Amino acid sequence: METVTITMKNPPALYLEADNICPDKFAGKTALQIADLHVFEGNTTSTIGKYFDVSGNAGASAADTKIVVKGDVKKVKYIGMKMSAGEIGVEGSTDLYAGAWMTGGKLTVKGNVEAFAATGMKGGELVIEGNAGNYLGAAYRGDWRGMSGGKILVKGNAGSDVGMYMLGGEITINGNVDVHVMTHAEGGKVIIKGNAKSKLGGQLVDGTIIVYGTIDVMMPGYKPIGTVELEVDGAKSKFAHFIGDTGERKKKRKGQIVYGNLYKKV
Amino acid sequence: MSEYIIKNGHVFDPTQGIKGDKADIAIKDGKIIKDSEVSSKAKVIDAKGKTVMAGAIEIHAHIAGPKVNLGRIYRPEDKLFTYQSTTANTRMAGGFSIPTTFKTGYEYAKMGYTTAMEAAMPPLFSRHVHEEMRDTPIIDEGAYPVFGNNWFVMEYLKNKEIENTAAYCAWLLRATKGFAIKLVNPGGTEAWGWGLNCLSVDDPVPYFDITPAEIIKGLIEANEYLGLPHSIHIHPNNLGNPGNYTTTLDTLKLSAGYKAKNKFGREQVMHLTHTQFHSYGGDTWANFESKAKEIMDFVNKAKNVTIDTGNVTLDETTTMTADGPFEHHLTELNHLKWANVDVELETAAGIVPYIYSPSISVCGIQWAIGLELALMAKDPMRCFITTDHPNAGPFTRYPRVIKWLMSNKARQDQIKAFKNSDKVVSATNIAGMDRELSLYDIAQMTRAGPAKSLGIPSMFGGLKPGMDADVVVYDFNPDKPSAPDQIEAAFSRAAHVFKSGIEVVTNGEVVNNGHKRTLWVNAKTKENPQVMRDVQEKFIKYYSVTQANYEALGHHIVPNPYAIEVDATQ
Ligand SMILES: [Zn+2]
Repeated sequence: METVTITMKNPPALYLEADNICPDKFAGKTALQIADLHVFEGNTTSTIGKYFDVSGNAGASAADTKIVVKGDVKKVKYIGMKMSAGEIGVEGSTDLYAGAWMTGGKLTVKGNVEAFAATGMKGGELVIEGNAGNYLGAAYRGDWRGMSGGKILVKGNAGSDVGMYMLGGEITINGNVDVHVMTHAEGGKVIIKGNAKSKLGGQLVDGTIIVYGTIDVMMPGYKPIGTVELEVDGAKSKFAHFIGDTGERKKKRKGQIVYGNLYKKV
Repeated sequence: MSEYIIKNGHVFDPTQGIKGDKADIAIKDGKIIKDSEVSSKAKVIDAKGKTVMAGAIEIHAHIAGPKVNLGRIYRPEDKLFTYQSTTANTRMAGGFSIPTTFKTGYEYAKMGYTTAMEAAMPPLFSRHVHEEMRDTPIIDEGAYPVFGNNWFVMEYLKNKEIENTAAYCAWLLRATKGFAIKLVNPGGTEAWGWGLNCLSVDDPVPYFDITPAEIIKGLIEANEYLGLPHSIHIHPNNLGNPGNYTTTLDTLKLSAGYKAKNKFGREQVMHLTHTQFHSYGGDTWANFESKAKEIMDFVNKAKNVTIDTGNVTLDETTTMTADGPFEHHLTELNHLKWANVDVELETAAGIVPYIYSPSISVCGIQWAIGLELALMAKDPMRCFITTDHPNAGPFTRYPRVIKWLMSNKARQDQIKAFKNSDKVVSATNIAGMDRELSLYDIAQMTRAGPAKSLGIPSMFGGLKPGMDADVVVYDFNPDKPSAPDQIEAAFSRAAHVFKSGIEVVTNGEVVNNGHKRTLWVNAKTKENPQVMRDVQEKFIKYYSVTQANYEALGHHIVPNPYAIEVDATQ
C-alpha cells in the first residue's frame, strides 16, 4: 500500500468542498497530479495543491492507496466521499459529509466530525475517535435510503438523528446520543453505550436499538415484552426488551408481524 | 435574420411524404423556404450521411407549475450529483426527474424537441405555470388547463348546457392563457375531496350527481362547438389499476359518433394520454398483464381518436398528477413520501416518488405495454411517444424509448436483463413482436402526428416551405447498419437544432437561447351574460382570490405570447 500525505498549508477562508480527497480519486496518480485535482471554495474552483502540501504517490488502485490528512481540516467537507477501498486517516477534526456514500475501505478521524458523516453509507468502516455531529449514518435530505451497510464506531458522543432512515449496517456510540435515533429506519443496528435522550425509534419500521445507559423519555409506541440476555462485543448483559414502533406500518415475515427491537440494559 | 441551407441530409418529413431521400432544406427569416429561393449568403450546413427532421413536439409532459415545483422542493435527492454549472450560453441547471426550468429547456432542445405542452395546468395557478414557462428557454410551450373536475363544468353539464360549457371553457382558456381542454380522472378527483373516487365512467360524482361519461361527452361537444385546435385531452378514470383496460375502452367508446369540427386540420375528437397506464389486465398485481392489444384493436379502427404511449423507462422518477386519489393509492403501495393539494373549485394534485425497478415483474410488464402500444399502432400519425414525464420516466429518456422501438435486439436485450424475464414475457406480447419502427414512423410519432393532433400542422411537425424553421440534424446515417446504442446516442444530442430559424444547438450543446414563445388559444364566443354572472358569483362566494387576481395577464406573465385565434361566434 502506498501512502499519500496531504498537509494543510493554506487554510481556506470559506469552507472547502473536497470530495476528491478519496483513494478512488487519488489512485494511479503522482503527488503532482493529486495536487492538481479540483476543490471548490465557495463558487471558485481551485486545486488541492493550493491548500495542501502533497507528498507521496498513490497506489495503482484505491485498495493500494492510503491517505493521511494532516493539519487543520475543520473547514473541509466530503473527505472520503464515495470511497470504495483503501484507507484515509484524518489526524484532526473535519466538516460535513465525511465518508458519505462510502462503499468500502476504512476512514479514521482522530478528532470530531460534523453532521451527515456516512450519509447513505453502503459498506466499509468509519471510526471517529472524537464526537460525531447530527445525522450520522442517515439519509440525504429528502431521501429515504440511509446507511445500508458497513460499520461506524464513535468513541465519543453523537448528535441528533443518528441512523435516520437506516436500512442496514451497525453504528456503535461509546458515549451519549442526542434526540432521535433510527427515525423511520427499516433495518440495521445502533448500539449506545452511554445515555440517550428521547424519541428513540420513532416511526421505525424495523431495526434494533441497544442502550446501556439511561433513556430520558421512551416513545409511547414501544411495548415491553420481557427481559433478555444479549451478547454485545463479547460481553453478556441483561436487557429489558421493547418492540415497536407500534404506531408505524409493519412488515410480515412468514405470516408473522416483524417489529423493531429496543433493548435497555437493566 | 440569418439564412441557412442544410445540404444533402436524409430527410424524413411525413408532411411531404419524404422518406429518407436526400434533399436540401433552406431557412430564411425563421421560416422554411424553397431551396431555390435561398441566397448565396446562406450558411451551409453539411448534413451528408445525417438524418434531417422537423423539430419534435412534446404532446404531454409535466414541466411547469406548482405541482412540478412542489416535486422539486420536496425531492432534494433528485438533484443530488446532477448539477451542471453555468456556461457561456446556459445557466446553472440540475435535477433528474424534475429538472429545473432551465435544464428542461436545454435538454429538450439538445434532443431536437422544439415545442412542448405542459399537460395539466391548475387554472387557479396559471400565473405560476406561465412564470415557469417563461423561465424555460428555447422551446415554444403551451399548457392545458384542467376541466374534468371543474364545478362550473359539472353544473352546466348536469343540465346539458353545452353552449354555456363552451362559453366557460373559452373564458377559462383566455383567463389562463391555456391551449386545450384537459381532463384528469373526470369526476374522480372531485370525488377524492369526499374521500371517494370514480373508477368507472358511470360512477356518480358525489354532490354533483353527474357521471364521468357525461363530463367526457359534454366536453367533447363543447370542444367541437368551439372548434379548438386540439381535441379534449383525457387522462381517463381508473389509472394504474390491474384490469383497468375495460374502463379505458369504455372511455374510448364515448368518442363514437363525434366528428371533429375545426379549421386546423385536426381529425380526432379525443386524445387519450399515457395509454400505458390504462392498458392493464388481471385483477391483482399477481396476475397483472398487458391488454395493449385490446386497446390498440380499438384505437386502430377509431379514426377520430389519437393516443400517446406513456412509456416506462425503468428509472427512479417522481409521479405527479391531478389524479389526487391515485397518488394516495400509490403511497399506500410503495410507502414513499406523499404530497397532496386541493385546488378549490377546480382540481387537486398528488406527488409520490417511484422506482420502476427491472427487478420487479410489474415494472417490466409496464415497460412492455408502453412499447407494445407503439409497435401495434397501424397509423403512426395517431400514436405519439411520451413518457408522461416524469410519471413513467423522465423525458430525457426519449432517445432510449426510440431505440427500443427501432431495434428488436435492444428490446430482447432488455427482456433478458429483467430479473423475472419469464413473468414479463408470459404477461405480455413483447417478446414475439419483431416490428422495428422506421425513422419515418418516428417522424410521424414525434413530429407530424402530434402537430396534427394539436391543430398546429401549419407551423410545426414538417419541413414544407412556409412552416416554422424548426429543423433538427441528427448524426445518424440511415444508409448504414447501426448498433442500437448509436440510435440512442444520436437522438440524445442532435448535431444541429434550429428553432424558428435560429441555430440553438450545435453538436449537442446549447449555443443560443432563442426567442421562446407561449402558445395559447384565443377562442371568441358570443357574449354570454349568464356565464359571466356565474363566474363573478363563484369568485365572490367560493374562490380565495378575486377575479382580478386570477387571470394570467400582461407581458410579465406571458412575455412572448402567440395566440391561435378561434372564432366561435357563429
Ligand atoms: Zn400526465
